[in-house]
Amino acid sequence: MEHALSMFVQGVFTQNLALSLFLGMCTFLAVSKKVSAAFGLGIAVIVVQAITVPVNCLLYNYVLREGALSWTGIDALANLDLGFLTFITFIGVIAALVQILEMTLDRFFPPLYNALGVFLPLITVNCAIMGGSLFMQQRDYSLGDSVLYGLFSGLGWAFAIVMLAGIREKLEYSRVPKGLRGLGVAFMTAGLLAMAFMTFSGM
Amino acid sequence: MKFSESSKDSFIKPLFKNNPIFVQILGVCSALAVTTSLKTALTMALAVTFVTAFSNVGVALIRKVIPGSIRMIVEMTIIATLVILVDQLIKAFSYNLSKQLSVYVGLIITNCIVMGRAEAFAIKNKVGDSLLDGIGNGLGYGAVLLVVAFFRELFGFGKLFGIVVFPTVQNGGWYVPNGLMVTAPAAFFLIGGIIWLVKTCNKEMQDAE
Repeated sequence: MEHALSMFVQGVFTQNLALSLFLGMCTFLAVSKKVSAAFGLGIAVIVVQAITVPVNCLLYNYVLREGALSWTGIDALANLDLGFLTFITFIGVIAALVQILEMTLDRFFPPLYNALGVFLPLITVNCAIMGGSLFMQQRDYSLGDSVLYGLFSGLGWAFAIVMLAGIREKLEYSRVPKGLRGLGVAFMTAGLLAMAFMTFSGM
Repeated sequence: MKFSESSKDSFIKPLFKNNPIFVQILGVCSALAVTTSLKTALTMALAVTFVTAFSNVGVALIRKVIPGSIRMIVEMTIIATLVILVDQLIKAFSYNLSKQLSVYVGLIITNCIVMGRAEAFAIKNKVGDSLLDGIGNGLGYGAVLLVVAFFRELFGFGKLFGIVVFPTVQNGGWYVPNGLMVTAPAAFFLIGGIIWLVKTCNKEMQDAE
């Protein structure tokens, strides 16, 4: 329980994917003009992240890493190191899973598809998803940890984009210097949010 | 090879007027993450320029034979292969650097500049033009990276490319390093500031009221 709690604090606050590791920035800035859109995208990220990280974790531990294929019992495969295929495998898994998720939602949960459908293609090229899988590999998470990590890091990203969208909606009514309007002030706001999140690192 | 006026444009424009970072908002993630020192920023800039240029060439070469419905996955495969190449090279020749860059080399795959240029330019243009467009966009991205890294390393550590410029107080000098510069918020502020500066100097880029 304590372990899960520390994973939660790490994923959502101290190692927030968007604000302290700068992942998924393109969509973070582009889709944060409206809270409703930001919320939809946030949910989609949580779902995809929670599925792809554990799946990639299984693939990495049982197929790709050095000696991972020893469970097959074939000598020729026992010492094989397929680590160099990591990137292409992860991105393939992500692209395929997003596609499957889109089709499943479309077929079985039409209302959910209508709400999230437009965001799903965006997610394939969202580096937060790829980054989550790469951090899982770098930190050598077990399957259980990777489920928690996927869930919490997605939650952290969603949390950050909804907050930024909320602030940007209010900013519409303030007088921002001409050159700073739009993208510039979004960066400044994100900077201030990141500063606030830095204070969590003492936890 | 002879280049037309439009191919000159495809090289020059992304350097400033159509800069991938502050005009097209592409590839911002790595721009913020690897800019704590000039060395990592330069490596990243070269890596991205290489990948963008050659993925553009690859996509342009086979643009007439890719069926429209699977073009994304074909582009993704070309890009991923190039990124694996870059990653293995960095690991082989400069292992420490690859540790510092951590996951961000792998993330070139999902860097929207590469995918964006393949999708927006290479898929419908000639090989030569696509190469120039790729190099131009890579360099435009690299230029912003280097500017941001220059300020962060100079004020954060008092160094440039690891060479001491301002001797810091800890080493008996006079400069008190600004710790904020090496943290996440400073990266956001710096890029926000650059956008502000560029948009103020260049009125046509400003957003409407």
